[in-house]
Amino acid sequence: MALLARRNLFHDRIRFAVTLTGIVFALVLIIIQFGLFLGFTTTTSNNIDHSNADLWIVFRGVGYFDTSRMFSERKYYEVLATPGVQQAEKYIQNFANWKKPDGGVENIQIIGFHPGSGLGEPWNIVQGDLMDVKQEDGVIVDELYKEKLGVAKLGDRVEIGDHRARVVGFTRGIRSFTTSPFVYTSFKNSLDYTRPEAKEDQLAYILVQATPGISATELKNNLKTRLSDVDIYTREEFSRRTRFYWMFTTGAGLAVLTAALMGLVVGIAVVAQTIYAATMDHIREYGTLKAMGATNGYLYRVIIEQAVWSAVLGYGLAMLIAHFVVQASEKGGAVILMPPSVAVGMLFLAVVMCIAAALVSINKVTRIDPAMVFRG
Amino acid sequence: MAHTNSSASIVIRTRGLSKVYGAGGTELRALSDVNLEIRSGQLTLLMGPSGSGKTTLLSILGCILRASSGNLELLGEEITALPESALPRLRRDLIGFVFQGFNLFPALSAVENVGLALDLRGATPKAARRRAEELLMEVGLKDRMHAFPTDLSGGQKQRVAIARALAGDPPIVLADEPTAALDSTSGRTVIELLQRLAHQHARAVVMVTHDPRVLSYGDRILHLEDGRLVHEELPGPGFPPSASFAAPAASHFSEIVSGEV
Repeated sequence: MALLARRNLFHDRIRFAVTLTGIVFALVLIIIQFGLFLGFTTTTSNNIDHSNADLWIVFRGVGYFDTSRMFSERKYYEVLATPGVQQAEKYIQNFANWKKPDGGVENIQIIGFHPGSGLGEPWNIVQGDLMDVKQEDGVIVDELYKEKLGVAKLGDRVEIGDHRARVVGFTRGIRSFTTSPFVYTSFKNSLDYTRPEAKEDQLAYILVQATPGISATELKNNLKTRLSDVDIYTREEFSRRTRFYWMFTTGAGLAVLTAALMGLVVGIAVVAQTIYAATMDHIREYGTLKAMGATNGYLYRVIIEQAVWSAVLGYGLAMLIAHFVVQASEKGGAVILMPPSVAVGMLFLAVVMCIAAALVSINKVTRIDPAMVFRG
Repeated sequence: MAHTNSSASIVIRTRGLSKVYGAGGTELRALSDVNLEIRSGQLTLLMGPSGSGKTTLLSILGCILRASSGNLELLGEEITALPESALPRLRRDLIGFVFQGFNLFPALSAVENVGLALDLRGATPKAARRRAEELLMEVGLKDRMHAFPTDLSGGQKQRVAIARALAGDPPIVLADEPTAALDSTSGRTVIELLQRLAHQHARAVVMVTHDPRVLSYGDRILHLEDGRLVHEELPGPGFPPSASFAAPAASHFSEIVSGEV
């Protein structure tokens, strides 16, 4: 049985190559489209997910990142005075103009945080020192946007909102899903860069860390009883709301989502067609087996084994190709993500798709037509 | 020459066997009221024009197709009422098939093709291979065991198919025009192998044929027309066929059919 399954698969090498090509194409398509979707989704909530904050406190009605609204820092002190709060930090996200050394202007998003607090800080710093943003004009940008922002190295000088700024660090892989790159600086500097919207005694978010032993939900409920005119979200809630907003209520998000779904549908169709054709190529042989007394179970096992071999080999090749595509995407504006869970999920999907497609075709064999086996 | 053996047991018996395809205006009656007894140790030829119901009858006897009405007994066991799930076991245990188009598995060598029939019956790979080699030697293919079907002649393929049909040591062998696609020498080899199966190994061999060259080998010739058995012949000494196979070219031919190889 195992011999027949393997031989049927490998005997006709051209047929086998066609089968594998179909499966690999389908899987790579699904991986890339889904990876783009994941990359886009993750990018929208990157700053939240890497904030290390248990809670995000926002002005009432602000349901997602990027639409911050300033409110009084009195709330910040009320938070600090709340039992269960281990640490709280002021945080700003606001749009500003970046004037490049050559005179051009780009829109950017200023992120103001408290350096050294561990909350809301940029991550993956590959050049420079995080604490240098404490300097009056220090900013950190991502190396992906060097060209866009007109900077090449540490120390390059620019202007942000008519204030001087100097690049003191580069991160790697912190993308913005909008056309405005993130520029990280100290909370104090960020107020200067975003005037007149920002005022000295205002902030856009309060990032809170709970005392060990107190859950985020518990602290959230506690803060709710003390604070008014604000909304309080756990990190996961705020991340989810932000992702939902960008993915399901904006054209860009829906386009990526639709592309991912189309990739899945086309991929499944290609695999189904490929495996179906490969199985139907041997339909007469399965008919002969059936005539010889093979049970349906025997036929199923042969065909499923073939399908699993096809799926596993196709998956291996697809992952190899996807690995290079994912690596290449890291240097581009749109990242393709393939976390281990997705890689494992793809194997499961490949096997299920191949088996399902094979079983559809085997259905014909179980209703055997005697003329098929008796006539040459 | 016809081979008669009054002590041979009846292995196939049909009573009022009918098969109707379709229904209503598109109804097609392929078999009508076929009553038949086939004994072990005989080579029975089933003849008739195209569309006379030969293949349908063979399919029903082989438990591949269900009759619309009537009864079928194989080795005394009533088959008609058995559930569909019981039929694969009957095909495995009681019947060996030989097809006109050989129906070998192109991805498997000759010995693997025969071994597959034993794998179906749960034999271990080692036992299946040993028995497959024995069977291929019996049909004169000792030197072609590892050849793939594409490298075998028509006659060799049919001999592999016969070896495969014998893998389960079935009491019944059903052959569908096994000599139709073969040249004279190969055709003779195959028909004599089938005859030997019947006469020396006491199997009931039923063979659908249009080939006049094989008539003299049959112990019985059943004629089917429009789905009905219309005539039976018992070839005897006064039954010279108008056509016959050429004399065997291969020197080992007689050895093969006499089982000395």
